[in-house]
Amino acid sequence: MMLAWLIALPAAAGVVAWLAARTSPAAARWVSLVALGAELAWLVAFWLGAPAPGADGWLAEERYAWLPRFGITVHLAVDGLSLLLVALTLFLGIVSVACSWTEIEEHPGFFHANLLWSLAGVIGVFLALDLFLFFFLWELMLVPMYFLIAIWGHENRIYSAIKFFIFTQASSLLMLASIVGLAYLGFRSTGVWSFDYFDLLGMELAPNVAMLLMLGFFIAFVVKLPAVPFHTWLPDAHTDAPTAGSVILAGVLLKTGAYGLIRFVVPLFPDAAADVAPLAMTLAVAGILYGAVLAFAQSDFKRLVAYTSVAHLGFVLLGVFAWNEAALQGAIMQMVAHGISTGGLFLVAGLLQQRLHTRDMRRMGGLWAELPRMGAVALFFAIGSLGLPGLGNFVGEFLVLLGAFTATRAFAVVAALGLVAAVIYSLILIQRSFHGDLAAPVRVRDLGTRETAYLAAMILALVWLGLRPQPVLDTARPAVAALLEPGPAIAARDARLEAASLEARR
Amino acid sequence: MIEWLWLVPLLPLAGSVVLMASRGEAPHSTVSAIGVGSVGLAAMLAIAIAAEFLGGVDAAASYTVGLGGWIAVGELSFGYSLSLDALSLVMMLVVTVVGFLIHLYSIVYMGEDEGYARFFAYMNLFMAAMLVLVLADNLLLLYLGWEGVGLCSYLLIGFWYRDPANGYAARKAFVVTRAGDTAMLIGLILLATELGTLHVDTALARAAEQWPPGSGIAVAAAALLLAGAVGKSAQLPLHTWLPDAMAGPTPVSALIHAATMVTAGMYLVARTHALFVLAPPVQLAVAVIGAASLLLAALAALGQSDIKRILAYSTMSQIGYMFLALGVGAWSAAVFHFMTHAFFKALLFLAAGALILALHHEQNIFRMGGLRRRMPGVFWAFLIGAGALAAVPLVTAGFYSKEQILTAAWSAERGGTWLWLAGLVAAFLTSVYIFRAVFIVFFGPPAARPHAEPRRLALFIPLAALSVLSVIGGFVETPPLLGRITWFSDLVGSALPAAPPHELAPGVEARLALAAAAAALGGIAVAWWLFLPRPERTRERIAERERGSPVYPALASAFGFDRLYDAVFVRPFLGLARALRGEPVDRLYDGLVWLLRASWQGAGATQTGRLRWYAAGMLAGGVIVIGIAVLA
Repeated sequence: MMLAWLIALPAAAGVVAWLAARTSPAAARWVSLVALGAELAWLVAFWLGAPAPGADGWLAEERYAWLPRFGITVHLAVDGLSLLLVALTLFLGIVSVACSWTEIEEHPGFFHANLLWSLAGVIGVFLALDLFLFFFLWELMLVPMYFLIAIWGHENRIYSAIKFFIFTQASSLLMLASIVGLAYLGFRSTGVWSFDYFDLLGMELAPNVAMLLMLGFFIAFVVKLPAVPFHTWLPDAHTDAPTAGSVILAGVLLKTGAYGLIRFVVPLFPDAAADVAPLAMTLAVAGILYGAVLAFAQSDFKRLVAYTSVAHLGFVLLGVFAWNEAALQGAIMQMVAHGISTGGLFLVAGLLQQRLHTRDMRRMGGLWAELPRMGAVALFFAIGSLGLPGLGNFVGEFLVLLGAFTATRAFAVVAALGLVAAVIYSLILIQRSFHGDLAAPVRVRDLGTRETAYLAAMILALVWLGLRPQPVLDTARPAVAALLEPGPAIAARDARLEAASLEARR
Repeated sequence: MIEWLWLVPLLPLAGSVVLMASRGEAPHSTVSAIGVGSVGLAAMLAIAIAAEFLGGVDAAASYTVGLGGWIAVGELSFGYSLSLDALSLVMMLVVTVVGFLIHLYSIVYMGEDEGYARFFAYMNLFMAAMLVLVLADNLLLLYLGWEGVGLCSYLLIGFWYRDPANGYAARKAFVVTRAGDTAMLIGLILLATELGTLHVDTALARAAEQWPPGSGIAVAAAALLLAGAVGKSAQLPLHTWLPDAMAGPTPVSALIHAATMVTAGMYLVARTHALFVLAPPVQLAVAVIGAASLLLAALAALGQSDIKRILAYSTMSQIGYMFLALGVGAWSAAVFHFMTHAFFKALLFLAAGALILALHHEQNIFRMGGLRRRMPGVFWAFLIGAGALAAVPLVTAGFYSKEQILTAAWSAERGGTWLWLAGLVAAFLTSVYIFRAVFIVFFGPPAARPHAEPRRLALFIPLAALSVLSVIGGFVETPPLLGRITWFSDLVGSALPAAPPHELAPGVEARLALAAAAAALGGIAVAWWLFLPRPERTRERIAERERGSPVYPALASAFGFDRLYDAVFVRPFLGLARALRGEPVDRLYDGLVWLLRASWQGAGATQTGRLRWYAAGMLAGGVIVIGIAVLA
């Protein structure tokens, strides 16, 4: 009941916001803010009061019938991993509403509806344990995002939105085929249709069949992540999306790809995933270096930041396929920290665009003199992005490298070169925009109260992740342990299911 | 008091946070009070802690103060714990005391700057990071401080952000040192995965147990840490950032790029000395890198005409001495030279800063001149600093520390004649280059009209205090011939193994000391002969003659490392970025789109509406199908 509300509340609030906008645009904003705020408050309360998870790592689980004929249920569950990602989604959702407050003036109702529906889809993706439901929500988050880019985006919005849509659609079609194939194989061996994660977990599969099915999931997720060479939708989509869209895209939508790899690809197909690990880690390292060089080469502020995502998500991919505790913890931490640091840079990009009506850094330079506070904020997130110890990204990158080093030293060493490259692209961003001589005299307003408030929240979050990462690591630990050692988790689940069925019979 | 150790880094950190939060709105006096006061309190606390440590029950002990955990994953955990032993005590004292004096000086130097609060916010942040670096009891926390000082170095080199050249220098410093830092991080990961901890003492003890001396893994670990040390301490081959770092305000050069941060490499090697002992080839590399750096930098300093660049190369050269000492196992001598160097080099920079300020930001020594009469206080301060740098015998602190290093280079088991000779030649060159500056800047006819020497207490106190320290700072340790005082090595000896007792015949020892003294005094004499402006040989003539010399281009460009790196790293990277800017991967997908469009157009072209084409197509299809059916 409560987990379903996590999805239903933003979805319903989206409808309400749409209707409310007819009375006043501010109403749509307030409805969105209150809904997301209440949900985040509820989630934090749940987090603080959560009982210790069982051996299988799950904190809460619920199931509703949906299409019983095909064994499709609304099966939702939350463990440390999904809890963290849902919290990140809500936090960035609130920030997105706040940053759109004056930026979005056309169709504010429909805008907020799409924003909230997209968030509902993302939250659902993080909670769904039925593969059919997962796919349904995976599509659900995509369509509203398409509208966000295509309607409220910048110059090239139609091209970028369609490109984003086609890349994601084509790859998720492969995933749908794999999901159906997997369920069919389950049906053949047990005689019962089921799309349930737990039923499909630990299934015996012929190696080449497992490889084929695994690749369907794998491609869908690495396109979303994105990994080189499937990343080319990202710079376009991020650059042309409105600020809130970029924040949600980079902050949470990319994370659904990483989440899928962690939750589905490796647990469902452990052997096939191990076979593909060297390739995946090669793509990861390639992404780290390629993204860094491309980021440096950009003259568009947003496009530069977009390419840094390719580099940062490379660390996540590396951590996932190193597949040990340090690496996974690092990957999770990197996902959360990247959401905030890159989100912060996109916010600055949006604020600059609102004031200067350009993202072209050749027309910026020396802005610190006019906008010292915004400059300080940009500098802060750039420093976070280059992985300075004391901020969240360092914890993630360090743990990923530590884990990858244990797994395969060569990958860790080459990936570490990305830390040098990160300095180059992060600092050139600041140099081209805020440092140097004032390109043209501008008279613009520095940060206002609302802007300062949400940026300060982001800054505090990144510092907290960097200096006291332990609560996050501790939250993720049982989930990570259960992923690494699925045996006891499967056994515990079997026992629980048996007890439940006994209960039901009695 | 020792239980308050955590306050030492936290006070400047708090100062920095408050200054940042004030968003440039606090009045000048408040900024000074917070910026300088927080460091002053930290210095006072450090002195009180030192008094307790020295008078304590057992000076050999080390104290640990825990502040909770930072990162714990699996078997590994890294906490916020600080530890104090004799080595970190010396570092902490020098950092806080010299740091406080430089902060005080900055009140005057930066007084007119629009970024006054930002300056002190960065400086305080630097102090906090530097203190974490020297007090950390595990290497990951040390790395936090290590990267933190690197960040502050970047921020302060590029403090005057309007000039793109400053931004370039700042980024260059960050990128070059990051290259070393990344190697160091891999070294830390190697240590953590192999030894299961990064707690310094535990890790070193385990390494000594698990790894035989000279084993590959010990060599790899030590070499990776050395890469970090070389970058931070501006030694060959990662030294190119330091001269450019002089773009920052002069107090920054004094604090970060002379007295404290650049010596962090020395501290790292000393802190993990047991690891270097396990890796003899790497320890030899430390000595050779030190010797090469000190020679190269001393030569390069001769070719500079910017007073701050002279001092920058001098810093690189003096840190070379520290590396030389570390490489031959004279741990305590390295730390001793760090201390005296911090005093006299900070003094030189602050005196140079006073000149620069009085001359409207003129830094070219050939446009100064005759300042002895007009700025007597600054003259004496600079002279004392120059004397200590040149190691004028008996009366300067630099003499005692440098003499100890040269003796060790000659006599230590890992030393050798060549290392000693390099040190001796560089000692001579040091005298020449610094007195070249002294003679050209302060003697001869006046070249420019300076402002009156500022009479501000905040300027006088640091110069006076550092002058005194540059003279008496060496008396805590004297060679056997001169009283054999061993306070310093006794103290540091509780944290670092004593240098192997070198039993030298008294005659040899005296000759070594004489050679060092002769090098110092000979250098001054040569400088007097070559560079003292006289009526018949003006500064312009001296400059002209220098430029005409065949070795001048090599010296002035410090042997062309910048050009080399530009060709090997910078330009290929820029070329790669240019080549990839258009996103070649996307052309792949464009190709796919083109293919789809072409086949769609191709298929569309067959729909002509002409009956005979359709009939022909049907006929051909039918023939093919029947043909296949028949033949198959």
